[in-house]
Amino acid sequence: MRATVLVRPKPGILDPQGQAVEGSLRQLGFGVTSARVGRVVDVEVAADDPDAARAEVEQMCEQLLANPLIESYEIELEGAAR
Amino acid sequence: MTERPRIGVVVFPGSNDDRDAAWALGALGAEPVVVWHADEQLPDVAGIVLPGGFSYGDYLRCGAIARLSPAMRAVAEFAAEGGPVLGICNGFQILCEARLLPGVLRPNASRRFVCRDVALRVERTDIPLMSRCLTGQRLVIPIKHGEGCWFVDEAALERVAELDQVVLRYDGKNPNGSVGGVAGVCNPEGNVLGLMPHPEHAVDPLLGSGDGALILASLVDAAREHHGSLAATL
Repeated sequence: MRATVLVRPKPGILDPQGQAVEGSLRQLGFGVTSARVGRVVDVEVAADDPDAARAEVEQMCEQLLANPLIESYEIELEGAAR
Repeated sequence: MTERPRIGVVVFPGSNDDRDAAWALGALGAEPVVVWHADEQLPDVAGIVLPGGFSYGDYLRCGAIARLSPAMRAVAEFAAEGGPVLGICNGFQILCEARLLPGVLRPNASRRFVCRDVALRVERTDIPLMSRCLTGQRLVIPIKHGEGCWFVDEAALERVAELDQVVLRYDGKNPNGSVGGVAGVCNPEGNVLGLMPHPEHAVDPLLGSGDGALILASLVDAAREHHGSLAATL
């Protein structure tokens, strides 16, 4: 089963990369008021059962993919109802 | 008690200050021992340095991959037994990712890589890794990092203050936006220290400052003492 993990800087956490992107978008003439940069991780897991797959990917996020001090994460399972 | 305590310098793919650290330790009376990241057991050492650099290319987050290496598991055990561990720059990032130290290192608030001498204020000298310094002393040691902005949330900062874990602060202008101007923190037990400045680049006044030698010589003393205490229990 395929899962997509979205990792974002938590609200209130300074995001210099996002600030740089925001500044560049303004330079291009876009009226942006905020840009935050996160990370996407696509993983294929052996589990076929959506609940088991989600539980496993959650563990991946807690242990490696996100640092809970500064990042939040969201898991999307392919073909599974959210 | 050995004259020259053996201190391991852990080399990860992407470490680049390991040789400077080893040289400095040798100059300060220790016998540096190279430890490869894939080694599952530490050699016979009485202290550990996690050097600066860009372990595993800083993939994912600085230090996030390195902390899972076999050598780091051994370092965590060594630290749990009271062994002195010093993490410099990337080594500090690894110790935070390994949760051996509080907080995390974020990209500099300025968005710029900073490479220059900074002044530091010594906050603690009652831990072995700072024994040669004086409280309130001003040290000049270089920094060179893009992600040195130490961060903890307010609740964690209160715990850090309660446990008196701040060891070094930037004196004057904060170069990276770290919370409270923190440049270095220790674990509650005081045997694990992480700092962004590079003491191994400041052990000879010819190179601008010899202040880093105070911290590294403290580590050498701590390793000598740790070796002695281990020998006493055998």
